[in-house]
Amino acid sequence: MRAVITADPGDLDAADAVILPGIGAFRDAIHTLDARALTPAIHAAVATGKPVLGICLGMQLLLTESHEMGRYRGLDLVAGEVTRLSEDAGDGTRVKVPHVGWSRISPAGGGAFKEPLFDGVPADAFMYFVHSYECRPSSPGVATATTRYGAAVYCSALRRDSVVGVQFHPERSGPHGLTIYRNFRTSIVTSREWSHGRTAGSEIRTA
Amino acid sequence: MSVRVIARLDIKGPNLVKGVHLEGLRVLGSPERFARLYYEEGADELLYIDVVASLYGRNSLTDIVARTSREIFIPLTVGGGLRTIADIRTVLRAGADKVALNTAAITRPDFVREAVERFGSSTVVVSIEAIRHPDGRYEAYTENGRERTGVDALAWARRAAELGAGEILVTSIDREGTGKGFDLELTRAVATAVPIPVIAGGGAGTFAHVRDVVVDARADAVAIASVLHYNVVRRDDHTARVGDEGNVEYLKRGRPGFGKVQDATLADIKAVLRESGVPCRPVGAEAGA
Repeated sequence: MRAVITADPGDLDAADAVILPGIGAFRDAIHTLDARALTPAIHAAVATGKPVLGICLGMQLLLTESHEMGRYRGLDLVAGEVTRLSEDAGDGTRVKVPHVGWSRISPAGGGAFKEPLFDGVPADAFMYFVHSYECRPSSPGVATATTRYGAAVYCSALRRDSVVGVQFHPERSGPHGLTIYRNFRTSIVTSREWSHGRTAGSEIRTA
Repeated sequence: MSVRVIARLDIKGPNLVKGVHLEGLRVLGSPERFARLYYEEGADELLYIDVVASLYGRNSLTDIVARTSREIFIPLTVGGGLRTIADIRTVLRAGADKVALNTAAITRPDFVREAVERFGSSTVVVSIEAIRHPDGRYEAYTENGRERTGVDALAWARRAAELGAGEILVTSIDREGTGKGFDLELTRAVATAVPIPVIAGGGAGTFAHVRDVVVDARADAVAIASVLHYNVVRRDDHTARVGDEGNVEYLKRGRPGFGKVQDATLADIKAVLRESGVPCRPVGAEAGA
């Protein structure tokens, strides 16, 4: 598999899959996507059923709108909004925001993970998080994993058709995180069997 | 939320070094090799500090960061001599996840705001290195403890958080490298003054020190160097791997200042934290290793 970091809409068209990584602020990221004509290119990739993986801010960008430092429209691939994490620890004290560190991801609805991206990842595995905002999808059914921080349990991974998002950083979550990337690669291969033989996996930089 | 145990690696040129009070640096070996071991043994993060921070040494730091990030899949924070947005971009592009800013930030606090606007809060760690004065006040120092600033460490921590820093790394220069324990008062003051996570550094020498700084002083994470490095060196004594590369004879001679360090592995440290009711990410098989 070949991965390229790109800001060129043409690369997304040629790619078999798209990763939306995320560092930075929502407003700047969505403006950059718009300015570089990447927003329609991402929508086009989704329309053709290509796997799209949003990581951290990249997951938040998938939603309808964000309340980070104002109110900004997102890619609206998953209905819902992005709001600030609560500082309520549930015992009268406060938790620190940003949430920085290792927290467990639990299968939404209990049991084992049914999400193919998490094949081989044990329920309640630790993943590395760095964020101040959380995704609140309108339909609870899209959540594939949840995470507890302070008193709140929020959606830490989601899926709508070929679009998946994770709030944590699999690339910085040790061996379990690498399993997630291997599963994403498998999903690209599966998806390619539907279409024709392209070889490039593509990554776009948002910040 | 688990408490993070962070392995701190001070780097000079191509080497992992360790000093006392940020001075008297000695070469221990190759940073990548220590980093690899810490990753495999359950470190939650790595912290690389370029202690010389000269522009001339920058290429070797960038190379070390690039090699590390290709092989090691936990977060990596890099600090030391980052003075411009371009400097930050260089280490992030090399594979760092976060940067630690000290001298440039305290000299010009707006640098923190600019870095946050460009790279996001979660990427910017403000590093505060403090010395305690006889009146109990803590003053922030720069240039690895060589230059005083006149800035009150606690006020600077609050200001850094307001400017958008994602975390504060607070290091007691008085305790750094001594193994006499963290400065609990300094850590507690900073940890309760800011709404963002605080990493405590400087002074870890025993399990009790690590437990105290988390349980009593409310640190959200601990940065540990000597305790971990000396364990690796001691283990290597039997295989003579590091001994060939680094100047570690002083460890065996028990020079003053090193004798108080009770070396340990990450698994040892986390086991003690867990016994004290502090949640930690597991190491070994449970972590998928």
